[in-house]
Amino acid sequence: MSNAPSLPTETKPAPAPVEKIKVRVDGKEVEVPKTTPDPLSGRPLPTTMIQACNAARVDVPHYCYHPKLPVAGNCRMCLVEFGTAAVGQDRKPVLNPDGTSKISKSPRPAIACATPVSPGMEIYTNTPAVKQMREGVLEFLLINHPLDCPICDQAGECKLQEYSVEYGKSESRFVEPKVHKPKHVDLGPRIVLDDERCILCTRCIRFTKDVVGDDALGIVNRGSYNTLTAYPGKQFDNNYTLNTVDICPVGALTSKDFRFQMRVWFLKETKSLCTSCATGCNIIIGSREEKVYRYEPRENDAVNSSWMCDSGRLNYKWIGRADRLAKLQGPGSSAIGWSAALKEISEKLKQAAKGSTALIASARQTNEELYLLGKLAVKLGAMTDSVPRPGEADKLLLNADRNPNSLGARLTGISADPMGSNLPKIAEAIKSGRIKTLIVFGEDVTELGMSPDLLGMLQTLIVSDILPNATTRLAHYLLPGCAHAEKRGTFTQTKGRVQRFMKAVEPPGDARPEWEFLHELILNTTGQDGYASIEGLFNQMAGEVPAFKDLSWAGLGDSGVSIPI
Amino acid sequence: MVIDDLTEIADKERAARKRYTIRCCMAAGCMSSNSKGVKEALEDAVNQAGLQQMVEVRGVGCMKLCCQGPLVQIDSATAGATFALESNEVGPLYQKVTPEDANSLVSTLKGGQTPVQRGDPRHPFFSAQLSIVLANSGFIDPERIESYITAEGYQALHDVLRELTPKDLIERIIKSGLRGRGGAGYPTGLKWATVGKAASQQKYVICNADEGDPGAFMDRSVLESDPHSVLEGMAIAAYAVGANQGFIYVRAEYPLAIARLHAAIKQAKKYGLLGSGIFESPFNFNIDLRIGAGAFVCGEETALMASVEGKRGTPRPRPPFPAESGLYNSPTLINNVETFANVAPIVRKGAEWFAGIGTEKSKGTKVFALAGKITNTGLIEVPMGTALRKIVEEMGGGAPDGGKIKAVQTGGPSGGCIPAEELDTPVDYDSLTKLGSIMGSGGMIVMDETTKMVDVARFFMEFCMDESCGKCVPCRAGTAQMHQLLNKILAGNATTRDLQKLEELCYMVKNTSLCGLGQTAPNPVLSTLRFFRKEYTDLLMPDAFGPRPNAVNGTGHAAAGRNLAPTEGVPSSGK
Ligand SMILES: Cc1cc2nc3c(=O)[nH]c(=O)nc-3n(C[C@H](O)[C@H](O)[C@H](O)COP(=O)(O)O)c2cc1C
Ligand code: SF4
Ligand code: SF4
Ligand code: FES
Repeated sequence: MSNAPSLPTETKPAPAPVEKIKVRVDGKEVEVPKTTPDPLSGRPLPTTMIQACNAARVDVPHYCYHPKLPVAGNCRMCLVEFGTAAVGQDRKPVLNPDGTSKISKSPRPAIACATPVSPGMEIYTNTPAVKQMREGVLEFLLINHPLDCPICDQAGECKLQEYSVEYGKSESRFVEPKVHKPKHVDLGPRIVLDDERCILCTRCIRFTKDVVGDDALGIVNRGSYNTLTAYPGKQFDNNYTLNTVDICPVGALTSKDFRFQMRVWFLKETKSLCTSCATGCNIIIGSREEKVYRYEPRENDAVNSSWMCDSGRLNYKWIGRADRLAKLQGPGSSAIGWSAALKEISEKLKQAAKGSTALIASARQTNEELYLLGKLAVKLGAMTDSVPRPGEADKLLLNADRNPNSLGARLTGISADPMGSNLPKIAEAIKSGRIKTLIVFGEDVTELGMSPDLLGMLQTLIVSDILPNATTRLAHYLLPGCAHAEKRGTFTQTKGRVQRFMKAVEPPGDARPEWEFLHELILNTTGQDGYASIEGLFNQMAGEVPAFKDLSWAGLGDSGVSIPI
Repeated sequence: MVIDDLTEIADKERAARKRYTIRCCMAAGCMSSNSKGVKEALEDAVNQAGLQQMVEVRGVGCMKLCCQGPLVQIDSATAGATFALESNEVGPLYQKVTPEDANSLVSTLKGGQTPVQRGDPRHPFFSAQLSIVLANSGFIDPERIESYITAEGYQALHDVLRELTPKDLIERIIKSGLRGRGGAGYPTGLKWATVGKAASQQKYVICNADEGDPGAFMDRSVLESDPHSVLEGMAIAAYAVGANQGFIYVRAEYPLAIARLHAAIKQAKKYGLLGSGIFESPFNFNIDLRIGAGAFVCGEETALMASVEGKRGTPRPRPPFPAESGLYNSPTLINNVETFANVAPIVRKGAEWFAGIGTEKSKGTKVFALAGKITNTGLIEVPMGTALRKIVEEMGGGAPDGGKIKAVQTGGPSGGCIPAEELDTPVDYDSLTKLGSIMGSGGMIVMDETTKMVDVARFFMEFCMDESCGKCVPCRAGTAQMHQLLNKILAGNATTRDLQKLEELCYMVKNTSLCGLGQTAPNPVLSTLRFFRKEYTDLLMPDAFGPRPNAVNGTGHAAAGRNLAPTEGVPSSGK
């Protein structure tokens, strides 16, 4: 197994069509490809029984198998019975009197996760022997399990609980003493391990070794003393450790951030995107009563497989910060209502001489917002730009571009080429008095060569943001906006995949989705009506911005659509 | 190196042979009772007697009757013969020799007398043996390659490189009927053919010398007594399958075998019998040693390969089989020590000769380590199909002190106990499997009437529990549970329900474990239950909820376990 981190890439040429074979799962015929690409290397591997069962929509219980990891075959929960098409001495299939091919049943069961299918194979997932084996395996797993479900974070998401209900015996036959192991192991800065809960499936080990390339975890000791541990003297501390919490089938690995915060069945789940870099990992936001409790990765093989980085995952607390901008403010920090404010602003913009306005938008804004700002800029003859946010990339997911929508800023024509190259020109023009009105969305321009003194020269400074900063404090009009978790929209990630996100929680106070009030502002300023719904707005944008040609909000689905870039 | 060089070495050895050869066992068994001291004392005695010109004191490998060691045997030469075995002039065998005996032993060469106890080389223990693998053992000096060459060593390698295509060679091995000696008895030629067919630039040959069965020492003896026979077998196999790198995985508990292998590899390289362009052919082959770290499971082929790669030695599911994707994901041939040791003789003497020995489905000989409650413990090599009775009663001399043999255990922790009533069973792969045991690697432990079968079962279960790698759930948890139940039965605290549970667990663990260790761990329990059920039920206490112990009859396993019972006699050693 290669140690190099790897994710499927979309750009590989389409492989040659794979030969199909027919197998039966519990009597149901399905056709599956003879080989299936390895989730890590992309190399074709023989299609396995569990993949055929998935294709037949027959559930095979499993603990150690994970479709994105190399197969381990250690939990034995997926054992099934099977038969293969009998072959005679002449190497031809043996036929029954009715012409069907004769099946010779294997005397031994096989693990579905690792056993290749063969043409004509019959897989039986529901026989008495299979049921008995599952019961037996479950019973064994429970022997050393602490059964502390009432205080376990995994409760509700635990495969041990789930399968015990579905496949278990009602009582354990063993009363023998449990082997005691460490209950609270500090594996690294973000992860706590309960070795007694661990069922030694090795998913976490394989993930960190084979997906991340950090061989940090392993098992020590033999037999029932098997214990999961970090490499002696080493911390489990790469930027992907929290994914192990997701894939741990029981509650052995817990996130220090989420531990004991909330019982999972209270959480509302919303499909969204991570905004911490240009990769645009698909996520689920877990929220309750307008509070975000966690991000979890959401599977999208074109983008992030099933993973996300720790830094992105933990970057949600700002959403609920107490100092969020929640008050709409007019000149002199006066209180003002939305319609009055938008009216005053549009009056000012209408009066402004063409070319006397500049617009700095953030590449953290959505395609729709940037598109609307672009329309405004055209009307005003405004110089525009957005702000690069460089960082360091890693080999797995994290992109050097820490803006979630740099490509959107480029495709909607907001950003200069290269991004940020107009910023000094705008500063210069303010200084020379040519620019008298500045519109800023989501950036602190005092950090971008526009000192408070310089901004003081402006006639009008219109700012929309989420959190307070030096620029928002100088604004003549301050329009509180929304975190992405509080609105809907789309981003175009680094490889050109246009992806939607949904609203999880309500914005605070006066804050409104930017696209909503921009729509009004444009109507006031230009007389052009747009769409008052995100669906309509997106479709309108798709009609006007060439890069988004042929896209539709509905067509994006949950996993987005790639555009040529 | 060309063939003439081999002949020259052998001729020189023969010419240098002295009138008498005192062979002194220098294998681990005798060395543990100071045979090194004996050999030094013999050398001194020869010098003192001024007989250096006439007498060679030679350290040799295992002389088989280990229980009587240190063993010393004195041969007299006829012209031209290098070894006693070439000239049929095997002299007296002296047993339990001490350094103090040296002078009197040497004096016998000049008509003197010695009080040292003599063994009978014509006793069935020796005369019923048929040596192929152990042919050189006890005769050649394992630390000198010249000694091996003189016994036709490396002739076979030369011949295959000159005269046989890999395909013909594999055909010959298939025809010989040789099956793997590591336990499962997979046909060796077929395995070679599969590896040979695999398309890959890089292939490996591995010799499995992990020998972990308690009480087994066949492989150790071969390595200590005749290391070059294994190297030559590996080189021939490498040529057959197209490999250029070999590894010998030998357990660290065999320091003498390791030292002799190191020396043997070094000598073979020096002579160009390993390395590049062997016998001036395009064939290259190197061998390196890898030392195990004391885990029984590392004898399992996939765990062994993980260990060679420097990883934790745990098995992985097959397919893919090592023959397709083994060491470093390359096609890999893995065979047992004894399997490799059979190869050169087959090449030299022909597939027909080999196939003429043994039974229809089990060809050749098998080496056993005879141990336990038996008069003659030691190493024996017998034709496949030899009756168990002949081995334990005639060769082994029966139970000591007039005891009565109760059972014979074969196959170690993966095997079973064969009761005295079945002693007429021929020892071959299929007959043993039929009796619920296995051939295994060759451990043979004899038990007499004093042996408690439940205790035996617990001993092996404890071994499996301790050696379970813990990777898969059934073996990790099941061996511990079965061990606890056996303890409970032995303590007299168990009921019929516990016994029923034990049987259910046996089938469960057998059918669901990942590797051969777990799949065969229940065998000793199942086989003792099959033949000695009463010893279990006698230990049970009356059960308030279930039938009384005497209600349990021997008709097989409990109803709930039936679904898991194999539908036919599958040799489930996972090989
Ligand atoms: C738990 C376990 C231990 C084993 N130990 C050994 C061993 O010590 N030596 C050996 O040759 N084979 C051992 N085997 C068998 C090997 O997996 C493998 O089948 C064998 O080396 C193949 O060689 P052969 O075909 O020459 O018999 C063991 C198997 C299992 C399951
Ligand atoms: S901690 Fe969880 S994922 Fe890791 S081995 Fe244990 S059960 Fe499996
Ligand atoms: S059967 Fe036992 S030794 Fe083999 S993999 Fe499973 S736990 Fe390890
Ligand atoms: S899912 Fe664990 S063995 Fe197949």
